[in-house]
Amino acid sequence: MSNKTVSDTASSFTAEIEGRGRLRLADCYQCGKCSAGCPMVDYMDYLPHQIVRMCQMGEDSLREKVLGSRTIWLCVSCETCSTRCPKDFDIAHLMDVLREMSLEAGLQHADASNIIAFHKTFKNGVEKTGRLNEFPLAIGYKLRSMDLFSDVTKFPKMVTARKLRFLPHKIKGRDKVKKIFAKCEARIRAKKRGKK
Amino acid sequence: MARIGVFVCHCGENIARTVDCARVAETAAKFPGVAHAVDYTYMCSDPGQNLIKEAIREKRLTGVVVAACSPRMHEPTFRRAAAEAGLNPFLCEMANIREHVSWVHEDREVATAKAIDHVRIMVEKVRHNEPLYPIRVPITKKALVIGGGIAGIQAALDIANGGQEVILVEKEPSIGGHMAQLSETFPTLDCSQCILTPRMVEVASHPNITLYTYSEIEEVEGFIGNFEVKIRKKARSVDLNKCTGCGLCMEKCPMKKIPSEFECGLGARTAIYRPFPQAVPAKPVIDREHCLMFTRGKCGTCAKVCPTGAINYEDQDEIVTEKVGAIVVATGYRVMDADLYGEYGYGKYPDVITGMQFERLLSASGPTTGEVRRPSDGKIPKKVVFVQCVGSRDNARGVPYCSKICCMYTAKHAMLYKHKVHDGQAYVFYMDIRAGGKNYDEFVRRAIEEDDAMYYRGRVSKIYEENGKLIVKGVDTLSGLTIQVNADMVVLATAVLSQEDAEPLAQKLSISYDEYDFLTEAHPKLRPVETNTAGIFLAGACQAPKDIPDTVAQAGGAASKVLGLFSSDELEREPVIARVNEETCVACWRCYNACPYGAIEKKEIKDRQGRAVRWVAHVNESVCAGCGLCNAICPSNSVELDGFDDEQLYAEIGALSNE
Amino acid sequence: MTKLGYYPGCSLEGTASDYGISVRRMARALGWELQEIEDWNCCGATAAHQTNHLLALSLPARDLALAEEQGITELLVPCAACFSRLVHANKAMQQDPETAREINDIIEMNYRGTVSVLNLIEALQKYAMPDIAGKVQRNLSGLKVACYYGCLLLRPPKYTEFDDAEQPSSMEDIVRALGAEPLDWPFKTECCGAGLSMSNTGAVVDLTHKILENARHHGARVIAVACPMCHSNLDMRQLDVSRRYGKYNIPILFLSQLVGLALGVSEKELGLKKHFVKATSIIR
Repeated sequence: MSNKTVSDTASSFTAEIEGRGRLRLADCYQCGKCSAGCPMVDYMDYLPHQIVRMCQMGEDSLREKVLGSRTIWLCVSCETCSTRCPKDFDIAHLMDVLREMSLEAGLQHADASNIIAFHKTFKNGVEKTGRLNEFPLAIGYKLRSMDLFSDVTKFPKMVTARKLRFLPHKIKGRDKVKKIFAKCEARIRAKKRGKK
Repeated sequence: MARIGVFVCHCGENIARTVDCARVAETAAKFPGVAHAVDYTYMCSDPGQNLIKEAIREKRLTGVVVAACSPRMHEPTFRRAAAEAGLNPFLCEMANIREHVSWVHEDREVATAKAIDHVRIMVEKVRHNEPLYPIRVPITKKALVIGGGIAGIQAALDIANGGQEVILVEKEPSIGGHMAQLSETFPTLDCSQCILTPRMVEVASHPNITLYTYSEIEEVEGFIGNFEVKIRKKARSVDLNKCTGCGLCMEKCPMKKIPSEFECGLGARTAIYRPFPQAVPAKPVIDREHCLMFTRGKCGTCAKVCPTGAINYEDQDEIVTEKVGAIVVATGYRVMDADLYGEYGYGKYPDVITGMQFERLLSASGPTTGEVRRPSDGKIPKKVVFVQCVGSRDNARGVPYCSKICCMYTAKHAMLYKHKVHDGQAYVFYMDIRAGGKNYDEFVRRAIEEDDAMYYRGRVSKIYEENGKLIVKGVDTLSGLTIQVNADMVVLATAVLSQEDAEPLAQKLSISYDEYDFLTEAHPKLRPVETNTAGIFLAGACQAPKDIPDTVAQAGGAASKVLGLFSSDELEREPVIARVNEETCVACWRCYNACPYGAIEKKEIKDRQGRAVRWVAHVNESVCAGCGLCNAICPSNSVELDGFDDEQLYAEIGALSNE
Repeated sequence: MTKLGYYPGCSLEGTASDYGISVRRMARALGWELQEIEDWNCCGATAAHQTNHLLALSLPARDLALAEEQGITELLVPCAACFSRLVHANKAMQQDPETAREINDIIEMNYRGTVSVLNLIEALQKYAMPDIAGKVQRNLSGLKVACYYGCLLLRPPKYTEFDDAEQPSSMEDIVRALGAEPLDWPFKTECCGAGLSMSNTGAVVDLTHKILENARHHGARVIAVACPMCHSNLDMRQLDVSRRYGKYNIPILFLSQLVGLALGVSEKELGLKKHFVKATSIIR
């Protein structure tokens, strides 16, 4: 099928986004102010307003385009778009929703693996100890992303400045934090099943 | 013995789809007092009305019930038909089986039963109705026009040329409004001042027009044909009769750096000033907030130099009262403050200006005598960015509606800029081009095709200054590219808003307004210049954002409504008014205090010798609006409303319960 | 004596320990008593809200609930990222009872929404201004400071609401009160790339370069920040920027360090020696 033509196949894509995010996609009238002010557009495959447009159209082949895009992982949540949107449409939040959906569907862009690796390491650390320790985070991330040598020159300074600690601090309530993680993951999974 | 006719209308399919109209008629025929009952497809049509007229004559009917739509829609139609057949029109009533029945129910059985009930109720009412006769009220044949912009000027001239007197009230020191500030007008590019100023002069010299400038409406009382208006003439500090408009005072005034409102802050004025050279009246006013005589108690230069002794620092506000028969509201609009948008830097960067400021830069009478020069350093900008929809179509920080005029004036700006700066480049950021109107789209295309304006489809996110350039960061959604223009000047097309004092004015006039304080027309299609208050009409942008052609057309429409009203000497009013039973009235004055129209008077009852024995309430027929408040509040049950008296209403309720 | 609840967050205990140290030292100099939430946990930062919206609300909600239990009504959160997450969770729970119910159910606590969350600028606005000028011990006159707000302190304005989101001026007011000279520059709310610092260094170096260049262009001697991510991007990444675009040497100071300096606290006590770009000897 043509890469530039979409059919009018009905899809649940639009409804699913709206259900998760408490967003009304029809609110967007495609003025493009989000794209005009986005700091990351130079690195994106689709401009933010194009992502919104494809979500509005909601056709099946667009689900893969959107959830598999680089754009959703390059968004740094600076919220410039949401702040300036004349329709009060929370694009930054839409990006959160799309990342969540992208991960669940296993559609995440290959280039996003670095970012996802970072998030994963981060969350694992917090889940285990209740807090984040950036040294294990950096090490763990470097192992996951296989990007072993960048920034190594900076570590000695950070260690001598006592900016990196080797041993993570563990909070007393870490069981409670672990439980919060478990419950949140379970509820998201349940919501996803409910959709299907 | 009552002989009532019942006429059941199908309203095409509107009623007949859910109501069995034939059954309604058959059932009604058996009600006590009903002598005749039929149903018909369109009762309001000519043959339908003839059915009613013939039945009145042939069956000698004493009353008529038309079961059809809302009385708001066709009561006048059927009452007129009844009158033509010789029946007192107030013996004709309507049962609303459309809005109250067929449009709100789906079940045919239920709907038909309810329609029958409605007819039963109205038959009982008509059995108790009395003939009523219209009340005649004299009309004051003088109109008040509020607002001296192009809408008010046009309405005033049309009424005055129709032979009637007009009072034109303008709150600024001169008439002319926004149109006087404009350079050239779309889509013909004729000079705004050249077509406006002759009309301003005509207003000033017209024998039928009394002009109050620097004046505001204080209070409005009365009703159609008989309004009484109090007008505050603000202290001008200059005697208009003595002043010759020589201008010496303005020349000598030491306060020379006050930002001129007329020049949108791009030029300066003095403390004694006239807004612009072509002002009407061409005589100055003292701005007391800045005049040294008022701020510091010393100066007096203008009084010293005035050759005719026209300066009067002691001048005070004056209230004048005028009686008028009709009012045209033409108070216009204002534009939104652009500094709401911090990301555009208006107020921070002097070369980010509004569309109205750009008009002044283009105007031959403006601060740069028509040369496009940027405010910061007076240089001629070679790249100008126009940003549309600043505040318009913006639910978050502006208004959700389209301001209607910006697409056209921005195209005009881009075009005029190119005409003046041949090697300049105009860029326009737009969301949609709304150019519906005679020769409008052709005009926009001309800006693009012949005057090389570059149109980008998208909004601008941020404007900032760097190395003397304004960096405009926008997007073109058609190409999917973000755009950066390094501009010399930026023009923001800010939203059109209602006047700041629209709401208090509407309350003074008892007319309705919408959530954005635009004044509301009586019907969006069929009564576009009327308000819901009889005798008060609308013209121009006080009703909604509007361009000059539409404004002038509406002003002419409002004027013709006024002239139509003034074409007869008396006004016929519905005789649905309150009446006091003087036998039982105890003069507690509750009705007197409750009446919103001031229609209740205190009347003395005298005995045969002419001695006053007691007081009673009395209703002034020409003022009473028939609202029924007095009727409801009267503790001794001494007030009745003609056409809706207790007996009639109990009969209606009884009809429902005694079924 | 001003008493404030205190949530340092993970960065202030780690990579931004200089921020943490200087906030505590500044607080002492101002006579503030900071009550740290006992057993607080990580707010979840970007990683949580980009991947699981419930987690993004629940992690900070536990902190808010702990603060409430521990009798805290005003909570100082100096890290802009933590501030953003805590404000989001706080407003979401305060404004929507259904969300509050769901999150309370997850954290198995009962947060009633009584805590108000303050960032460093807000706290200074409220409890140090305007009389801070009278406490200044060191002359900062002539020090040209570019105040950099970044994203998370100001956006979205419906949550953060303490200053204008597009043309903020609150940090400038504080800097001016300290006797230094705040600059007017247009990039004070531009994004530095924040959480992508490690995973997409290239983009972050580009964005950081634009900000540094704009600050330098407007004559900045130092840049003041109130966010550990902004700090690490502008300070640590300044080395990468210099390598790619030519030498930059603009010290990046936490607002707390600048306030501390003005109040006469020593450079060492404020953690100024921990920076990549030399930040000591700014003061003559």
